[in-house]
Amino acid sequence: MIKNGSDIILECLLEQGVDTVFGYPGGSILNVYDSFYKYSDKVRHILTAHEQGAAHAADGYARATGKVGVCFATSGPGATNLVTGIATANMDSVPIIAVTCNVANSWLGKDTFQEVDIVGVTMPITKHNFLVKSAADIAPTFRKAFKIAASGRPGPVLIDITKDATAETAEYEKQIPEKIDNYKLESGVEDFDKVIDMINAAERPLVYAGGGIIASGASDELKKFCDIIDAPVTLSVMGLGSYPASGERFTGMIGMHGSKTTSLAVKNCDLLIAVGARFSDRVICNPDVFARNAKVIHIDVDKAEIDKNILTDAHIIGDAKAALSELNKRLSKKDHSEWRRRIAEWKAEYPVKYKSSEPFSPENILKEIKAAAGDDTYLVTDVGQHQMWAAQFFGIEKPRHFISSGGLGTMGFGIGAAIGTQIAEPGSTVINISGDGCFHMNLQELSTAAKYGLPIIDVVMNNNVLGMVRQWQKLFYGKRFSNTTLDKPTDYNKVSEGLGAKAYTVSNLDELHKAMEAALENREGPTVINCIIDSDHTVLPMVPGGESIEEPILEITPDGKEVR
Amino acid sequence: MSDKKEMHVLSIYVENHAGVLSRVSGLFSRRMYNIDSLSVGVTENPNISRMTIVTHADENTFRQIQNQLAKLEDVKRICELHKDTSVLREHVLIKVNAKDTTSIMQMCQIFRANVVDVSKELLTLELTGGPSKISAFIELMEQFEIEGLVRTGLTGLKRG
Repeated sequence: MIKNGSDIILECLLEQGVDTVFGYPGGSILNVYDSFYKYSDKVRHILTAHEQGAAHAADGYARATGKVGVCFATSGPGATNLVTGIATANMDSVPIIAVTCNVANSWLGKDTFQEVDIVGVTMPITKHNFLVKSAADIAPTFRKAFKIAASGRPGPVLIDITKDATAETAEYEKQIPEKIDNYKLESGVEDFDKVIDMINAAERPLVYAGGGIIASGASDELKKFCDIIDAPVTLSVMGLGSYPASGERFTGMIGMHGSKTTSLAVKNCDLLIAVGARFSDRVICNPDVFARNAKVIHIDVDKAEIDKNILTDAHIIGDAKAALSELNKRLSKKDHSEWRRRIAEWKAEYPVKYKSSEPFSPENILKEIKAAAGDDTYLVTDVGQHQMWAAQFFGIEKPRHFISSGGLGTMGFGIGAAIGTQIAEPGSTVINISGDGCFHMNLQELSTAAKYGLPIIDVVMNNNVLGMVRQWQKLFYGKRFSNTTLDKPTDYNKVSEGLGAKAYTVSNLDELHKAMEAALENREGPTVINCIIDSDHTVLPMVPGGESIEEPILEITPDGKEVR
Repeated sequence: MSDKKEMHVLSIYVENHAGVLSRVSGLFSRRMYNIDSLSVGVTENPNISRMTIVTHADENTFRQIQNQLAKLEDVKRICELHKDTSVLREHVLIKVNAKDTTSIMQMCQIFRANVVDVSKELLTLELTGGPSKISAFIELMEQFEIEGLVRTGLTGLKRG
């Protein structure tokens, strides 16, 4: 069938089962938007306020569902506005397709109006990218792009298409997409034998799991694995939800703001088994002493992660679900009750608790929100102190229910990602935990949530400062608070209402409780809850940069002394 | 595992697309891998190019380089060329001052270098060989005032 390039793009989306995309139109992409008009009964286009919002929304959609998220933008500034969103997805291995249109072939390379070499710009932050210069190449490229984004270690793919290619016609024939089978192992029997021998020999094993468990849907296998080898389990930020926070084996998060129990477990374990995790600097802190008494096993789908940040003793390359299933089949039940008892003692001695006499503390705020919203809540976050408090205190029970920019640490991620999540899960409660710094970064997207009637609850932990940076200034820069005191004249209620949201400003738990009730009641559109909190709350435990995770700061006394 | 940095030669089959060179060289620069030389050209199959990259790296970094390269969609195959089992060659063109033509010609004979261009003031010489031979020849030519020089970087094929 002969179709123009733009219709072929829409047909390709339908082939892949895509019924919702996020985007923003412009000059070079006009033809494609004409096709969105034509296909509007088949593909829903969510118009964001800014292209960055569209990229984060596609990302949130993908994280919540496991499906490929799709966003569209025009050439030049439209395309560059996607860049932060693409880089965010790349760092967290999220499958998204970003489609941009460029100027016509004959105008490429001539500094044409709104021309940017977006393929060049995004080369380091995509899994792969394409420049398509003819309509005939559109369908094969889309099929390849979806496959690349979703297979193996997922990631973003950008397709840049020249404007003339979207107008000219080509032969198009519908194809059923090739089924992507990620349940695969690259490692053979010897790798498994070695790992099994090490597990059999271990007396104090610790499992460290990450986002790979969520990407491969291996939560059940992870739970079974920990039960069989009788090991405690810790999670990276990206792994939160892959093992229930309330689970007895869970030692708390690992890393810079991880629990002291986890620090002690890492220090004292004799075998550390990392699954679907990548030993990021924020996890291992000082690589020279991380897990110094342990042998290390690394299970990951990406061979290039093995021995990248720390040297390991054995590894399995392959999908986490496939690897854990195979191990579970071959391993026999272990008993490490003495080790378990020590972990339980540490958990009792060092609970992850916020030490504050102030009742309206970060912990109490998050617990109040949790109590009102429940375990099925999709908790999205922005980046900073509030993100870490959410990670520590909300208690994520289910995979795909904690949506946060772990690798890139993108402030302003939350509201866009919450839009994508709510579009994907219209019946669910979606809460974005934000800060006053992050709120200001992409607050225009509140209007998107209002326009589409998305009942997102945007909780702003408003401490009037850029809390995380201020925390570092307080601890390591002699309290020289350079440019971290916000003191903005913003009237949060007015701004939020002006953009179509309901808004409440609260400064105690009672008010928060009432606001949460009202917010949960309101299914018509977004609600902003502006929580006024003290500027000097800190995120603890904390491992100062470059130090070992074994001795995190647990408390800072009023006179500024660190308690380890 | 050895921490010693050693020279490694990689031969990489890549799709012959625009942008492949950026993808490969960009990977090296952003991951702080070193490139001593890089040469690229099409193969017997016009859709495939072959890159020869010379790098200095310790054992672990060298493995990382290969694993990261393997993740690039456009990279089809990677193999290491070892000195003992491969033919490794480099080509150099040198422009030297023609004042002492006799001595220059003698050196050329010893090295089997060719004169490819002659003018009143300058001789242009070409030489093909292993990197150490090329370097030795350049060193010898320095006494005659080198006016210009270009090396291709190493290329190679497995023997047999």
